[in-house]
Amino acid sequence: MGKLKVAVFILVGITLVIALIFLLSGMSVASFFQNLLNALQWGSFYALIALGYSMVYGVLLLFNFAHGDIFMVGAYIGLGVLTALMAVVAWLGIPSLPNWLLLALTILLAMLLTSFVGMLVERIGYRPLRGAPRASAAITGLMIGIILETGNLALLGAQRQKFPVLIETRPYQLGPVTVTNVKIMIVFLSLLLMLGLHQFVRRTKWGMAMRAMAYDFVVVPLMGVPINTIAALTFGLGSALAAAAGIFFGIAYPILEPYMGILIGWKAFVAAILGGRGSILGAALAGFLLGFIEIFVAAIFPSTWRDVIAYTIILLILTFRPHGFFGEPYTARLRL
Amino acid sequence: MEVRGSTVPPTEAIARNTLLARVRAQLAQIPLLGWLFGALLATVIEQVVGDPLAQALGLEGIPGLFGLRIMLTPLFDILSLVVSSLLHRDIPGLLSGLGTILPELALIPSAVAYVLLVYVLPILVVARLSAPLANWLAKQLLDRFPLWVSLILHLGLLYATLHLWGDISEYRVLIMRFIFISIILTLSLNLVNGYMGEFSCSHPGFMALGAYAASVLTVLFFVNDDVFGAPLLPPALGPFMFPLALIAGGLVAAVGALAVAIPSFRTRGDYLAIISLAFMFIVKSLIENLEIIGGPRGFMNQPKWADLPTLFVWTAICVWIIYNFTRSTIGKAPCAVRDDEIAAGAMTINTRHTKMVTFLFGAFWAGVAGGLFAHVMGYINPGTFGVLKLSEILAMVYLGGLNSVVGSIAGAVGLQVLMEVLRPLELWKWIVIPILLIVLMIRRPTGLIAFTEVNIKELLQPRQTLRRSSVQAPGEER
Repeated sequence: MGKLKVAVFILVGITLVIALIFLLSGMSVASFFQNLLNALQWGSFYALIALGYSMVYGVLLLFNFAHGDIFMVGAYIGLGVLTALMAVVAWLGIPSLPNWLLLALTILLAMLLTSFVGMLVERIGYRPLRGAPRASAAITGLMIGIILETGNLALLGAQRQKFPVLIETRPYQLGPVTVTNVKIMIVFLSLLLMLGLHQFVRRTKWGMAMRAMAYDFVVVPLMGVPINTIAALTFGLGSALAAAAGIFFGIAYPILEPYMGILIGWKAFVAAILGGRGSILGAALAGFLLGFIEIFVAAIFPSTWRDVIAYTIILLILTFRPHGFFGEPYTARLRL
Repeated sequence: MEVRGSTVPPTEAIARNTLLARVRAQLAQIPLLGWLFGALLATVIEQVVGDPLAQALGLEGIPGLFGLRIMLTPLFDILSLVVSSLLHRDIPGLLSGLGTILPELALIPSAVAYVLLVYVLPILVVARLSAPLANWLAKQLLDRFPLWVSLILHLGLLYATLHLWGDISEYRVLIMRFIFISIILTLSLNLVNGYMGEFSCSHPGFMALGAYAASVLTVLFFVNDDVFGAPLLPPALGPFMFPLALIAGGLVAAVGALAVAIPSFRTRGDYLAIISLAFMFIVKSLIENLEIIGGPRGFMNQPKWADLPTLFVWTAICVWIIYNFTRSTIGKAPCAVRDDEIAAGAMTINTRHTKMVTFLFGAFWAGVAGGLFAHVMGYINPGTFGVLKLSEILAMVYLGGLNSVVGSIAGAVGLQVLMEVLRPLELWKWIVIPILLIVLMIRRPTGLIAFTEVNIKELLQPRQTLRRSSVQAPGEER
């Protein structure tokens, strides 16, 4: 429990310091809560993507540098599925399928399809390189990312795609704070997915196998755990979460472009490491923290300083806690 | 193959006595000096007869890059035409398109003939004919003078060849400049990712630091600029002080590297990757916020002092220093740390100090490369030093091979030439190159020429002449 305490202490501490600076710089309490909501939404993208990085890193000890682009692919697959579903609905002549049902179907189907993309990436780029230097696998990941971006550009052209508006944005006044149904939905669904992942890893046999592999790579396969299946499962789960993040991103900022995954992906990677190696809770918390820092820095300072300050804070945290929030200290471990 | 010598069974020796084996036996007598003579003469021939020959063969002008683009462009065109017309079910369009491409196809034999006549044939003939002379000269040089005399003569010949080759077109010079900068960058990243076995992502950041520091110095002191005002020193002095500005750029990058090294080498593990990545974002974002050096618009007015000789000299110095570094005691320590940190520590290697020194050394050279880059372009922009640059440098390092100076040079040259040759593919270039790299990584995970090194002393040695009747394989006569 000691580690949890320290991590929560750091998180709460940073939040309080930023809130203090925010209030001292003359902003109102209302705008604090307004920004907090934005930060939660922005952080949920980071958190969902960071989970994919963190799982792959935890189970296989590899960096999956294609993950940011899988987020992009997920968003495009979501768009494709949605377009196809709307066409099917129109063709069947069903008068009124409720939009929320359409959205739910889209999210589920896109998550499924994107998880296949993730498994394919693992099969092509990572499985042949087990046992090779880990950096080589990082290079194949990087290259698969470039192929995904360019392939998208070559297939769909350079124009940006517009994500259709399924749910009308409805603002609610909660006292002085304006809340929209879309933001609430995104944050709620993201938390739900994270909880689902947590339960999957904690309660199921597959999750147990993943945790076992994260613990030991040599003995666990001898006990009959199928490594390849578990590796594919890890990539698939992470990609499914990235797809969900992509669709949420499309709902919140309805413009999709082939390079949208690069920056957000690298930043989520930073968050994943900040959370600690292979820690699901850590990756989620660090994702929210990164979103929080970015939104509040942009609110207090000129927004161009966002990256400088956000990453300096992260650099400082890693200087004093090099293993991240929940990471184990590094021990030499055999790797397959 | 090299040390088999007398253990070759007679049947195999007979089997080797083919045409190819004879050619190889002939070529094995040529020392490096002979090859350089041949290359130099080939470029002279190109200077003299290149234009009329190209005209006679029906080419538009002297082929820029060994005619590779002339050979590949029509093939790409045909491929894309076939694919697009099949997709659109447009057979008449396919036929008429083929009609326009076929004349281009006829240029391929011309390009091949040009390359054969101007490069391959003269180089082979001159190198073989001058082999006795070159062998004698190489022996004399090594026997009578210290090693560096021979080395400088070789480098001088190499430079003369490159200079004459680049004299034909500005395009060639530009490619060579970028190749030289890439060689320095690749070597410096190989120090960290190869020799030290860590994964650093901050090289674009170090490059940016070096580029901006060197640019600010040169513009402040030697250029009449809107922001920095009149030059502080007479501009005529500039080219002589340029090395100092580059070294200052490298030192700034090394100081920046301290900010990465201090937190990341406190513990072991993958934290260098993440901290260096954060550092790269910080540098890029910081530069974007500094209005005095142009912010996001970029920084211009750098004098274009990084011409071909300057770049050649700097690259040669960098290769020489890093080559010696990797063979020295402090350079072997990072390899020991990479292989087993605990064992290295037990052997009295100060692991943290070793990592810091290597990392800062690599950052210094990345900064120098950045300074050179700024003075090639005459304009820099923080957007250049981002994730894309990182992918490019990493690809060059892992293409060429870890732990190898020769490999780094090969990787830098290889990727740059590949990118130039595949330019007609336009967008698809960025699908073909990654696929090639993935295949390479799967086949050879550490790169093409990894963990091997060419011994410079051996490279400069004369080759012994073979007897005519000899059936021995090349390379045995060392």
